[in-house]
Parts: sequence; structure tokens; C-alpha cells
Amino acid sequence: MTNGSTQREHILLPVKVGFIALSIVVALLFNLLPWRDFRGVPDMLAVVIAFWCIHQPRKVGLGIAWGLGLVMDAANGTLIGQHALAYAVLAFGAQWLHRRILWFPIWQQALHVLVLMLVSQALMLVARMAAGGTFPGWWFFSGTFVAAALWPIVTHVLLAPQRRPEIVDANRPI
Amino acid sequence: MERQPPPFFHRGPAPLARLGFFVVLSALLMVLDARFRYAEPLRQVLALAAYPIQQLATVPVSAIADLSEFFASRAELERENAALREERLKRAPDLLTLEALKSENAELRKILGARPRAPEEAIFAEVVYAGRDPFARTVMVDKGSQQGVQLGQPVIDSDGVLGQVTRVHPLLAEVTLVVDKDHPVPVEVVRNGLRGIVYGSGDGVTLELRHMPANADVKVGDVLVTSGIDEVYPAGLPVARVAQVERDTALAFAHIVCEPSAGVNRHRQVLVLSRAKQIPPPPQEMEPSSRKSVKGRRTRGRQ
Repeated sequence: MTNGSTQREHILLPVKVGFIALSIVVALLFNLLPWRDFRGVPDMLAVVIAFWCIHQPRKVGLGIAWGLGLVMDAANGTLIGQHALAYAVLAFGAQWLHRRILWFPIWQQALHVLVLMLVSQALMLVARMAAGGTFPGWWFFSGTFVAAALWPIVTHVLLAPQRRPEIVDANRPI
Repeated sequence: MERQPPPFFHRGPAPLARLGFFVVLSALLMVLDARFRYAEPLRQVLALAAYPIQQLATVPVSAIADLSEFFASRAELERENAALREERLKRAPDLLTLEALKSENAELRKILGARPRAPEEAIFAEVVYAGRDPFARTVMVDKGSQQGVQLGQPVIDSDGVLGQVTRVHPLLAEVTLVVDKDHPVPVEVVRNGLRGIVYGSGDGVTLELRHMPANADVKVGDVLVTSGIDEVYPAGLPVARVAQVERDTALAFAHIVCEPSAGVNRHRQVLVLSRAKQIPPPPQEMEPSSRKSVKGRRTRGRQ
């Protein structure tokens, strides 16, 4: 393998659309959990959108991300279009970089995703400040770091159904 | 006949074009929502679509709360019961005289020719979760337009003013708390009737009595109640207690920090009150230029 990483590459099964939908619903459910305090709570929907835009850019793209952003805005009572903008930009960045990101080992992937998510959050901040909001404090970005730290776990869980059962078969070429 | 590439790898519009489209669309929606509030119907529809998921998300939390309530020890319940009895007994004299005072007050107001106080109707509601918008201090309560909650209604808890209904969904309502930075409440000091406006200070815990002159008669410990001159909050509800007064002669205004009376981050049970009775609109102010010929302006206005 000419891949810079030394990890083993699995050849994955094709993804099931139902599983993508399920993962998105679960992430939305997580985001809508009633938290007492939102410091350090990761935006799981953003992580899942970034994940599918990197791994399945033909199936999940800007349109889905934008629509989910609208749902988040309505459910959260934030400015309509704020999350939609952030998720659309996140999805674009993830699709744009998906070939590059997948070459890296998992922690460097997480760093890429961290940057993408910080950019999308900064956009949200700028949009809200322009609309007359007050600066919520730097903890606003804290959830993103937690989200990036969760990237390896998310990758492991969301790729699990696509992995082949590890049956050692000497006659099988792959 | 036009020559077109074969549709082998058809992928729709270029990614950058798509991004541009969605960014412009989002910006448009944000402007419509922030400036004109035109996006409300869309929000209502989307919020209703997200409602089942929202309800599902609140299930584990309310289940844990119910479970801990179920396993509350007998001793604890007895203690709580005793405390409540004691509190009721303490308030009994006030409550017993309240009826007499109410009728006396109504009588006096009639004699003075003052507007009678509007009787208040209340809707009981429970806080479902804290608002998820980090730019505003809000909570969501479990009563919406289906239960008769209207925009602008004041919300109180057992200790004082909690805030105001700022958005109504069919089954939920958003309450902006008094600690929100953009949420003003007209108040007066109980001790001397001094009027002012209290705002949230932005940290989510304290309030700020703004625009009071440096020599204003406000002391630490003063209780601020609603003054009732805003058509929103009924008069006399406790809002805050002054915690700190800084008088700097270099500044025109005193810096007065208050603590909210209501349990803004604690209480779950709240009451949504009906709005204070509509007072007649203020008299029209005459413009200086048209002060001479009111008649001329009227005819012009008719054209």
C-alpha cells in the first residue's frame, strides 16, 4: 500500500440507505435531548453529516445537510437558516476534502473535521452577531472539540455494518 | 442538434454552485426571520415535524425524574410535607387578610376613580427543557397555542417573575427569561416607588438596573417589583433583589446588580398569566411643524 498510514484497510460492503437515515435520526435525537447546560455538548448531527459527506459523498450532500439544519433551527428556536447555513458549509467542506481526509489516520481525520466544524460554527456566530445577538462566550466552541474527540468512536460505530465478517479464508482473494 | 456530453457521470450542478445556492437561501431566510419575522409559518411546520423526536428525546429525562420521585424515601416525603405545612401556616395570616384587602382596595379605587386591577387568569405549565440557543436565555414550556398560550404573556413561578412568552408553537411555548440581555422589565423599588427598567446582564444569573442616576436612592437588599406600566406584567410581582450598588462619580449612571427573585434556573412548575389589561393608547403627539395648522394636516392626510 502506498498509503502513508500503516493501518490495515478493510474493503467495505456497500452502505444501506436505511442505516444512514437511522444514524441521522439518532443524532437528531441526541441533539434534542434536554440538557441543563450546553457547555461541551457536541453537535452530533454535525458529526454525522460530516461523516456521511466524507464516506458517502454521492448519497449525503448539501441538500440533506441544509434541510436538517432547518429542522434544528425550528426545534431549537434559533434564527431560521443559521444551522442550515452552517451545515451546508460543513457538508461542502467535507465533500470537497473527502478524498484527502480518507488518506489520513483516524486522529488526523479528526483534526480535519475539527477545522471544518469550527469554520461552520464561526459562521453561525457571525450570522447571529450580525442579527444583533450577544456573544455567548468562548465555551460556544467547546462542544466542537468534544465532537472531534468522538470522531474515532463515531467512525467505528457508523462503519460497523459495512465491515465484512472476519472469516479467514485462504482461498478468497480479498 | 446540440452536442452534449454523454450522461455517464451525471452529478448535477457543480458543488460550488450548489453551495452558493444554499448559502444565499440560508442568508435570505435569516434576513426574513431576523428583520421581518416572515419565517414563522415555516418554523411552525418544521417544529411540528420535529415534535415527535423532541418528545422522544425528553422521555429518558422525565423517566429518570419520575423514577427518582417514585423511589423518594418516606422520611424525605414526610419532611417535605412538614415543610410545606409550615410554609402554608406562615402565609396563612397574609392569605386570610388578602380577601379583605382586595375588596378594600377595589372600594378605594372606585372612590378614587382609578382603573380597577384586572383579574388574572393563569395557565399551569411545566418547563420541558432549557432553550438550546446559546445566544439567548430561554426555556421551553409544555403548553402552546392549543392550550391558549399567547405571545407576550408574562410567566411567573412561585417566587417571582420568570419571563415572557416570546414564541408560541402549537404544543410548546418559548419563554425568554428575565436574565436575557435583551429582555427589559419595568420595575419599581418597593421601599420608595422609584421606577426603573431592569435588564439581564448577560451572564444568565444576574440582572442589571440600568439608567439610574448615580445618586439614585437604591440600596442593597431593596426589592424590585413590576410597576405594571408596560401592558405586559401585572403590577406588584417581585422581580429581583438588589445585590450590589456601585456608584462611580466618573460615570453618569450607577451600576446596580440584582438577583432574580424567581428560580430562573431551578423551578420546573410555572404559571402563564394573561396579559395585563390593555390600557388606552397614549395621546398622539403633535409634530412641531404642523402645530400651527392641524386642519391643513388633516386634509392632507385624507388625500
